Amino acid sequence: MAVNVIKEKCKGCTKCVKSCPFTSITMEEKKAVIGSGCTGCGQCVEACPFGAIEKSGDGKEAADLSAYRGVWVFAEQREGKLMQVAVELLGEGRKLAEEVGCELCAVLCGSGVEDLSGELFEYGADKVYYADAPELAQYTTDAYTKAIYEAITTYKPEIVLLGATHIGRDLGPCLAVRCNTGLTADCTRLEINRETKGIMQTRPAFGGNLMATIVCPNHRPQMSTVRPGVMEKAKRQEGRSGELVKLSVSFGENDIRTKVVEVVKSVKEMVSLTDADIIVSGGMGLGKPEGFELLKKLADRLGGTIAASRAAVDEGWIDHAYQVGQTGTTVKPKIYFACGISGAIQHAAGMQNSGLIVAVNTNENAPIFDIADIGIVGDLYKVIPAVLEELDN
Amino acid sequence: MKILVCVKQVPDTNEVRIDPVKGTLIRDGVPSILNPDDANALEAALMLKDKDPDVEIAVLTMGPPQAGYMLRECLAMGADEAYLLSDRAFGGADTCATSTTIAAGIRKVEGVDVIFAGRQAIDGDTAQVGPQVAQRLGIPVVTYVQSIRMDEDKVTVQRQMEDGYEVVEVKLPCLLTCVKELNEPRYMSVGGIVDAYQKDITVWNHMDVELDPADCGLNASPTQVFRSFTPPQKGKGEMLSGTVQEMAEALVGKLAEKHLV
Amino acid sequence: MAEAFFTEQHELIRRLAHDFAQKELTKEVLDKVEETETFPEEILNKMAKAGFFGIKIPKELGGQGADARSYVLVMEEIAKVSGVASIYVSSPNSLSGGPLLLAGNDEQKEKYLRPVVTGQKKLAFALTEPGAGSDAGSVAATAKKEGDHYVLNGRKCFITMAPLSDYAVVFAKTDVTKGNRGLSAFVLDMHGEGVSCGKPENKMGVIGCATSDIIMDNAIIPQEDRLGEEGDGFKIAMQTLNTGRLGVAAQSIGVASGCLEEAVKYARERKQFGRTIGSFQAISFMIADMATKLEAAKQLVYKAAYMMDTRQDATLNASMAKYFASEVCNEIAQKAVQIHGGYGFIKDYKIERMFRDCRVFTIYEGTSQVQQMVIGGRLLKK
Repeated sequence: MAVNVIKEKCKGCTKCVKSCPFTSITMEEKKAVIGSGCTGCGQCVEACPFGAIEKSGDGKEAADLSAYRGVWVFAEQREGKLMQVAVELLGEGRKLAEEVGCELCAVLCGSGVEDLSGELFEYGADKVYYADAPELAQYTTDAYTKAIYEAITTYKPEIVLLGATHIGRDLGPCLAVRCNTGLTADCTRLEINRETKGIMQTRPAFGGNLMATIVCPNHRPQMSTVRPGVMEKAKRQEGRSGELVKLSVSFGENDIRTKVVEVVKSVKEMVSLTDADIIVSGGMGLGKPEGFELLKKLADRLGGTIAASRAAVDEGWIDHAYQVGQTGTTVKPKIYFACGISGAIQHAAGMQNSGLIVAVNTNENAPIFDIADIGIVGDLYKVIPAVLEELDN
Repeated sequence: MKILVCVKQVPDTNEVRIDPVKGTLIRDGVPSILNPDDANALEAALMLKDKDPDVEIAVLTMGPPQAGYMLRECLAMGADEAYLLSDRAFGGADTCATSTTIAAGIRKVEGVDVIFAGRQAIDGDTAQVGPQVAQRLGIPVVTYVQSIRMDEDKVTVQRQMEDGYEVVEVKLPCLLTCVKELNEPRYMSVGGIVDAYQKDITVWNHMDVELDPADCGLNASPTQVFRSFTPPQKGKGEMLSGTVQEMAEALVGKLAEKHLV
Repeated sequence: MAEAFFTEQHELIRRLAHDFAQKELTKEVLDKVEETETFPEEILNKMAKAGFFGIKIPKELGGQGADARSYVLVMEEIAKVSGVASIYVSSPNSLSGGPLLLAGNDEQKEKYLRPVVTGQKKLAFALTEPGAGSDAGSVAATAKKEGDHYVLNGRKCFITMAPLSDYAVVFAKTDVTKGNRGLSAFVLDMHGEGVSCGKPENKMGVIGCATSDIIMDNAIIPQEDRLGEEGDGFKIAMQTLNTGRLGVAAQSIGVASGCLEEAVKYARERKQFGRTIGSFQAISFMIADMATKLEAAKQLVYKAAYMMDTRQDATLNASMAKYFASEVCNEIAQKAVQIHGGYGFIKDYKIERMFRDCRVFTIYEGTSQVQQMVIGGRLLKK
């Protein structure tokens, strides 16, 4: 799909120039010219008051895509434990599979983790493709790419979903190149187009300022990574079972080119922001790292956890594992306290689906108040102790 | 040793605002910057050069001619050579097509031993191009690198994980994508900027990197933007008023009402 | 860049200084500077690394090989955030580096200029005396030749950075009978015998850069540390000041830009009578006035720098730039405080510091009146 300017209709008003998020439109002789940075996002099409910009299909003949069937979910496991995001993907995958009218499969890699297949069936997988090899015990890009690529070429799924974890975001791009197909990263919403039965993948772009819906019309499988914490988990149905398909994998000497020599778990307490019901989050307004101690008091009192904005993390006040937002974790707790957080769009992108947002900020014009359900203009160092006191009464 | 660093010019998304009335992007005055993670990748290369003056650093980007400005910035930080892949045919590329072009560009740069890239660019946040370039070049990749130790023919890195890190060994040539925890990028220097403008930037089009236009840009992109929209804004909530005590009381009251505490 | 006087290279230098100022000179750092009256050495080291101390100095002397416009841009961007930080930038580039660059021989440049522009040493410029301010010819300090050295006696006052400096360029009379022609310039070792500093002055603004007297009591200076010939002192001082005033002009547009930015921000946020104060004509006209004068000042400063870079005589333009920019800066700062109302009068807001910092700009390196003398004199010269 390309964007074209209909020269006759262009009046040179420059509205499109201002609308382009990629600075790709310039004016030449009072006519708009689309530059090489164009991604075909179509913002200018809407911005043009004269209908002088159109989006055209590329007119390519669709390849034969009918050989590809089924929704696959990468069942990421670490040390024999299934990652939460895999359960979320099964939940989402089930919906997609029903709309397409196909089966839902999980693809599992590991060494001696066959037991997990039972869990995957209970979470809704109709089939589990299982690659078992000692080389797959620990994730390496090369080994996992090879195993799953071979499975994809053999069984031809039409949709492959991966969690956007540090592993999924490593594996996904490599698989996509091998399969010569597209991959959409960090999706927050997936739908099936009723007409084409293709997947429509919506993701934040431009630091969360823009949402883009991406399609992959002529290549299969259609691949997405999905942010952990965004999709609803599948419900477990005890005793549900399915078909286990074992994949035959073997590795040659030079197949795996990286070697994991050590795995270091951080000694810091594990932060589980995605599971937290209550999050008390702090930003620049804390002014100092000790501010998090106060937030911790409130979090502890409510049985929640603390978190932070990127600004506070960048200041070095708190570890990046606590970061909520576009480049951090996406959360949706029941209550989200934003304390001294201005509410930049990047932060909002990671928390705006929270049940109830309470914002405390000294600046009454802070954008956080635009998304907060309850806003308090005031000094958090006064407000939070008062709330704590009130909670004790 | 020659290190090639992949860089990208991006709009500073921290500066982007949404017009509250029209719900459109306000792009005026948003500066274009060197992508932050890429600056960490370049700094990693520069630190190796600080220790060993025989290290040569090339920076490479794909983008419009204006991206030359960012390449000057890289030269001013201390890179030795700069390459700009610029062609109308490269336009509209998704990550898949971008990686084809960048890989073709890297093949044309002579004597590259190792490639550094940023983990992801802040305008797209996909983190895909790095690993995809490695796939196309047929070399191993390690993503999320937070520390680098370079030896004769191998490199040992820490790969950041959600709950710690892995120590990974990989032989050269390879591609590493870098995270911000790796280092603190240096400033340019005034003299470095003066020197940067004495140097030439090599500009290549699709013929220079031996690519068919059908294999570049929009034509070679499996994914397409179906539509884009600004995220719906949530309605403004209730602002509490009164003294701190009164507001605290009202808040706790509301939370109790909703059975949240 | 929209301005006619700059190239893309200048734009990148501005960007460097801008990013540096935003990232390093945070409110916390600057508040601490005010409180402790000292400037963090760590930031000075970073400035040296970024090349801010030798912007116009040729590369072969350890400098950066850029030009006057680059100097102006760095000064402007740094001063926009911190007046005092910009003094640390201006000193080696201008007053202290200037005499060495103008009159120093190769050994002197190597020995004194290189360490100064690379940030290893600090050097002060010591001309002013209790009885010789604007009237530089009436310096009373003396330098008496004795064999292969000079013996200096006298008192210099209001010397910026004196207590922090390793060396100072001092001006003293080698021949008291000759007036201006009897003035000579020397490099004084501040740690040498017979050299001491007075108590640092308690200043109104630009706090964090100690200013004090330098007292010379039979201080010995070897003959090889004399700059130029005997009697060249007045010429060296005047030439240094001629180009040096460009730095104060740049500081002025920097601080003024900072004030304008703060005023606009405040006028947009502050609400009275149910609307933002910026929506009142009284405030918006003030802002229009400030912005227009600032723009005029900028163009004067940029043009003077451009003339220096293209080897035209910029004495007149540098004086005009310094005179106008420093006066306008005070006016803009005053209005910015006014817009802030009561909040402009308390130290929680940046504007209070900026208002105090810029007061000295119409005074040091040639008062506004001296600039008027230079300008008027030039025009009325027969």
